[in-house]
Amino acid sequence: MGRSGAPGSVPAVEARNIAVRWWWRERPKGEWRLALAMVCPLVGILLGLMAYPLVSALYMSVTDKTIGSRGGYVGLSNFLQLAEDSIFRQTVGNAVVYTVVAVTIKTIVGMGLAVALARVGERGGTVRALILLPWVIPISITALAWWWMFDPMFSVINRGLRALGLAASGIPWLGDPFWARVAVILVNVWRGLPFFATVFLAGLLSIPRELYEAAETDGAGPLESFVRITLPLLRPVLSLVILYSVVMTVADFEIIYILTRGGPVNRTHLFATYAFQVGLEGTLIGKGAAIALFIFPVLAGASYFTLRIIRRGEEYA
Amino acid sequence: MRSRKRGIGEVVAWAVIAIAVVVLLFPFLWMAITSVKTNRELYDLTAAPLLIRQGVTLEHFELLLHRTAFLTWLGNSFLVSLSTTIVTLLTSVPGAYALVRMRFPGQETLGLAVFLAYLVPPSLLFVPLAQVVAAFGMMDTLWSLIVTYPTFSVPFSTWLLTGYLKGIPKELEESAMVDGASRLRALLTVVLPVAAPGVVTVALFAFTLSWGHMIYALAFVSRSSWKVLPVGLLTELVRGDVFYWGALMAGALASAVPVVALYSLFTRYFVAGLTAGATKF
Repeated sequence: MGRSGAPGSVPAVEARNIAVRWWWRERPKGEWRLALAMVCPLVGILLGLMAYPLVSALYMSVTDKTIGSRGGYVGLSNFLQLAEDSIFRQTVGNAVVYTVVAVTIKTIVGMGLAVALARVGERGGTVRALILLPWVIPISITALAWWWMFDPMFSVINRGLRALGLAASGIPWLGDPFWARVAVILVNVWRGLPFFATVFLAGLLSIPRELYEAAETDGAGPLESFVRITLPLLRPVLSLVILYSVVMTVADFEIIYILTRGGPVNRTHLFATYAFQVGLEGTLIGKGAAIALFIFPVLAGASYFTLRIIRRGEEYA
Repeated sequence: MRSRKRGIGEVVAWAVIAIAVVVLLFPFLWMAITSVKTNRELYDLTAAPLLIRQGVTLEHFELLLHRTAFLTWLGNSFLVSLSTTIVTLLTSVPGAYALVRMRFPGQETLGLAVFLAYLVPPSLLFVPLAQVVAAFGMMDTLWSLIVTYPTFSVPFSTWLLTGYLKGIPKELEESAMVDGASRLRALLTVVLPVAAPGVVTVALFAFTLSWGHMIYALAFVSRSSWKVLPVGLLTELVRGDVFYWGALMAGALASAVPVVALYSLFTRYFVAGLTAGATKF
């Protein structure tokens, strides 16, 4: 438009617009008061409901506070007690096993499922939506169904196995230390798998197809293209998902609380459930706060690495 | 040869998907079957568990409605989840906008703080938050949940929205402001309509996360009349050694319905929020 109008007028208008926009962008910013007002509720929540509780947890962890008493400063006594506490030691071991095993399975199986979904393409659209249900529907609701599926008497899984001629006497899902660990890890994987698969799938679909075609012309097999093209390109996404999942898995509460309450013989306790048992049910708030704080180093480590990945790869900016 | 290889790959892919679908969806099927089966058939080990031969019954839903506080828990859950969603939107929309588009002292620090807060799991905070809640006299009230639930919904939502707003061209609101609109007016009339998908995603996540959250609800509320759904079901449908499995599954199913409804209406937004939350930094 405008080519046939008064000569020179359109570029002039254009130049004026550019100048005005430049001025708007670079003008002295007197808006910081408004900006502060707009972030005020956000800052309030972060400071009052997150930073302050975290600091007060640190403080509580060096007191012998109980529900109903203020307690006094006891130094590192809570932590020293924890070092001697066999249940706590068990909890640390449980957390390592639970997190490492569950995150490893979610990563490998999630990748397999993502590759399968990428392979069938758009025809898998309905499936993609359906498999997200375990992740969409809150675990506090679905773990109830698993509780019933692991029932010692009427476990539908055991009835299925028996019908197939396997495990005739039934697996003592929640009653045996080993099987209880298998059970809670199984539920964690069930819950997290859709998340892993969906994010990996999005990553897979963003890799240009030409790369694979080029590799195929060069005679690379599917496995080789996966190792040489897919994995390196997915590395940032893979690392971010794994780091996020490590934090959330180590901090898990619902699955354990609903299925085992940490038992049998404390073999499934995680920091959150043991902190809940000691700090709230057992009223030893100082010790409970100290237990929950052990999630913090994992969180700090994961945050550090996540930030490093983000800052290195600006493709995710 | 090549097409045959392709065909095999395709078959394997579908087989993997089929197994995944069965395993991932079975608990929902079992929940549904259990909720409408008569107790006699439910606890008969000689009956085929996946079939319903003795007729469908509503007795479990009736038990839930007449002999538990299910409707109260449902109401509480709605109240808490809707309130949390509103608080989340009122906090994260202006917050994210200011973080992305405006200049103010401490901006970088706040951006970093939002990111770090996003990674903080609720199980790290519940012990000290219990003290905060008690100090304000909110123990055993729904306020304790409405006040604390934003600790997990707001950082995530702000995070998601900053990513979303960065993708909207600045020129949109700048031209509105050149034309004389104030900053807030430009935000409300120009930016928000364009950012609507992001805002919807955030609202859906805030609601769903609140709907299913358990640890604060378990820690701060113990009176039956103030319980929310997940806690009510877990603590009041097991009496001593008696498990009301039929009613428990009926309750779980009913609790899942609002989330499934939202999900089926807004599948795209859930998927967008999921992938963005994990990878868009």
